Amino acid sequence: MWTYNKMLQYPINIKCTDPKLAKVIISQYGGPDGELAASLRYLSQRFGMPDQKAKAILNDIGTEELAHLEMVGTIVHQLTKNATIEQIQEAGLDAYYTDHGVDVYPQSAAGVPFTAAYIATKGDPIANLQEDLAAEQKARAVYEKLIDLCRDNPDVLDPLRYLREREVVHFQRFGEALRGVQDKLAMKKFYMNNKCD
Amino acid sequence: MFVNENRNCCCNNDCEAEERKIDCEKKEELLQNIRCYEFAVNELALYLDTHPEDKKALCLHKKYCNELKNLRDMYQKVYGPLTITYPCNKWRWLEEPWPWEGGDK
Repeated sequence: MWTYNKMLQYPINIKCTDPKLAKVIISQYGGPDGELAASLRYLSQRFGMPDQKAKAILNDIGTEELAHLEMVGTIVHQLTKNATIEQIQEAGLDAYYTDHGVDVYPQSAAGVPFTAAYIATKGDPIANLQEDLAAEQKARAVYEKLIDLCRDNPDVLDPLRYLREREVVHFQRFGEALRGVQDKLAMKKFYMNNKCD
Repeated sequence: MFVNENRNCCCNNDCEAEERKIDCEKKEELLQNIRCYEFAVNELALYLDTHPEDKKALCLHKKYCNELKNLRDMYQKVYGPLTITYPCNKWRWLEEPWPWEGGDK
């Protein structure tokens, strides 16, 4: 189970409304490499892991991704909450505004709603962990694109840099977990009873 | 069967009477400190998941967990609960702004 902590993992205080940035950053909320996909991917895959280290790392990184989901939602919210209709139209957010107002909806930058097709559980721990490694790299790449697009806004840049760094750390931990699982699966089996097949 | 309609609590957990100094700077400083320790504990936990035998990391984890607990107790006593597991006489969960509202500087 989870207990909510009434604080952000990293502080976010955005002073300027900028719906244009919100329109692209929302991809890390509900896009293919976003935090919602990441948390669901790891928290779903953890059930099938063959060793304690892999279960633990998927559980704990999956939990941290929920904190990141809240951070990205906060960025989107703070960038749009005081937006005027003119700003929304100018940002090309009029279609979004029609269906969601300035609520936060899980979708990609291109407007595709979140789908579970973004994640996989393959019934194969090696395949799953390889996907997780790729997911962290893709998320890092997306944050780097967003950092390029937000270079003039330090209030947004700072938490995005933090989130990018977390992807790097998670990649490292998943690599170590994968090595452990590979070693375990490659281990020779010795049977004490010669009647065993 | 009668339902007890008296909803006034008579326990002695007197957090309501706690003097509430709304000193924003102090509050933010304390919260930022808590956040630093939360981060250190989380980072060490992820590391320990794949390096459970690392004695130095384990020792640091223990040290930071204790510091974190002290800071959280100190904060919650004055500025209200960080989780719903913190007991109060008055329901203070609604009083402080939510993290996404920028109350979390």
